[in-house]
Formats: sequence, structure tokens, C-alpha cells
Amino acid sequence: MTTPSRFPEPYGQGSGANLADILERVLDKGVVIAGDIRINLLDIELLTVKLRLIVASVDKAKEMGIDWWESDPALSSRARRDELTRENAELRERLARLEELEPGRAPKEAP
Amino acid sequence: MTTGLRYVYAVCRPFGTPLQAQLRGVGGAPPALLHHHGLVAVVSTVPEADFCESALKAHLEDLDWLATTARAHQGVVDALTTVTTPLPLRLATVFRDDSAVRMMIEAREEDFRGLLDRLHGRVEWGVKVYLEPEPAEPEPAEAARPASGRDYLRRRRLQSHAQEEKWQRAERFAHSLHERLAERAEDVRMHPPQNSALSGTPGQNVLNAAYLVSRAHSEEFVELVDRTKDEAPGIRVELTGPWAAYSFSGEASGAEPAVGSGEGR
Repeated sequence: MTTPSRFPEPYGQGSGANLADILERVLDKGVVIAGDIRINLLDIELLTVKLRLIVASVDKAKEMGIDWWESDPALSSRARRDELTRENAELRERLARLEELEPGRAPKEAP
Repeated sequence: MTTGLRYVYAVCRPFGTPLQAQLRGVGGAPPALLHHHGLVAVVSTVPEADFCESALKAHLEDLDWLATTARAHQGVVDALTTVTTPLPLRLATVFRDDSAVRMMIEAREEDFRGLLDRLHGRVEWGVKVYLEPEPAEPEPAEAARPASGRDYLRRRRLQSHAQEEKWQRAERFAHSLHERLAERAEDVRMHPPQNSALSGTPGQNVLNAAYLVSRAHSEEFVELVDRTKDEAPGIRVELTGPWAAYSFSGEASGAEPAVGSGEGR
């Protein structure tokens, strides 16, 4: 960085401040006022900053061992599908067990 | 363009210096000053087509749009910082028209005055400390190949031990730097360390802090940070600023929203 100079010479802002520096301030800091247009920036931050930027280079992220979104049902459609499949199988199994317990009440009516 | 909405960047006290004529805000419109009750809201007109709820929600998911808008927002706040002490508002604070902005000022008047008094003549400096990435491991010479599995394991153990050592040294350095800087600052906020994939900055971020410093003491503060830059090998210190006091403006609204869900769980 350059030698110290008279204030208010900006220090790395604009060019040097990275996008994350700016985003962490304008999205997460500053005075919060409910305007006429309501937007939940916390949702946006989670989706865009934490996820989309990283997922923008999925391969790079995976290389670094960042892959938590894959197993988080809230974030991954595949994980959600897996979760549903798993839950479905579990329910079927429980139903089958219940039917076994009460054979009299489980007449086979399947088509 | 159809109708326009009012985008508010910041609230400040009236100031004498005019804004640069070429200054442009979000969407390229020039910012204007809306005086009310002895305060000034810095506003610009944005197209309703882009800033109504549904459009805004979609736009904010678009990283390019978000980056451009965030930089434009910050550009206006930054220009204000050179002439006054602005209270920066959070991105995308939008009202129907000027009278809605005036009503907002009336509703929050006391908050604004309290914050403006507290922040008057002060700016924010950002300081980050990184553990520099390892230089690429030199390929061990043929002769130095581990002779056995046990050799291999021992070498691995030594490597991870060295890494742990470096990490601890970086943390100790960050801690002592932070203490020295905090002594010269009026207030301090710790931000979560940045993910290097996200910031595009090499190295492991071990400290990400914001310091509230008066303009009068800023030069001294900057020099102090500069002097530490060569103190520790393998550790990088980065300074950004002067920022408007973003990190010290959020409290007036009550409880801080819960943060720190960075682990994704």
C-alpha cells in the first residue's frame, strides 16, 4: 500500500476494497429503516453472499471442502429429494410394521 | 421510464459543500438533497420497474446487479463522507415519494440526531489480517521420498504441526494488533472473517475488524497500521477506509439481528 498521506485520501476503497468489504457493510451494517418497499436482506445475504458467490465456482468450493449446501435440505433440491425419499421409505416401513401387528385389520385391498 | 421511487442513501446534517456535479447514484441518477426538520436525506429517483418488491427481490439474487448497486450506493455514501458525517442507510431503502421520506425522518428524528452526535467527525477504518497462503510445496527429490509408510506419516504429522503453529502465531499477532488499534479507536466492531472464495483475496482471514476513529486521529491510526505491516513474516495486514461509520450505525434500531450462521447450520 502507499505511504500515509493526508486525510481524507481514501485507502484502498473503491479499487482496493473488495466486493465482500462493500457487501458486508451495505447489506449487513448501516441504519435499518423499513421503507415502503419491504425486502428481507437477511434472506438475500444468506442466498446471495454466502451461497451464490461460493457456488459460482462449485468445483473450486468442493476442492476446498465447502459442500455443506449439498446436504442441507433448505438449500439443495437434491438433498431435499433424498430427504423425501428417505422419509417415504421410513413411513412405508412403519406402516408395514403396523399392519403386521394387526393382521385382522389389514385386509389386502390393493388393486 | 414509468413512475419513480425514492431511494435513500444516507441521512446527515445540512452541509455547505455541494456534491460533485458528476456524482451518480443507483441506476445512474444524480443524488439530491431533501431537507426536512433540520436534517438532510440524500435521495435519488429509481425506476419502479426495478425497485418494486418483486423486481427488487429478483434483482438482489443477481450477483452482477447486486454488485453494481452496492458500489453505486457506497459511491454516494463515500462522496458524502468527504464533506460531512453521513449516517449510511442499509442497501435498498426505498420509499414511494418525497413525502414518505419526510414522514420517515419525522418518525426517526431522535435516533438520527443521537447517532449523528455520536459519530460526528468520525470515520471507520477496516483492518484485516491474513495468514498468507503456503508457497507451493517443493516436490520432494526422489531421494527424499519416504522410505516407508511410517516415514510418510511422520512427515505428514510434522507438516500439520507446522501449519497449526503458523495459525497460532497469526492469531497471536492479530490479537496484539487489535489491542493496539483498539486503544487508539473510540469504538470497535468485529466482523466475521471473510471467506477467501467470497472475497477473492488469497490467504486465510484471521481478523476482520472495524475501528471508529476521529478524523483528527486518523493519520496516526493509518501510520500505526502501516508500521505493523512488516512486523510478522507470512502475515498480511490490509487497511481499507475511510468508510462512513457503517459498522457503528446499526444499533439505533434496537437488537442486532442474529449473525454468525456462517457455518450454514
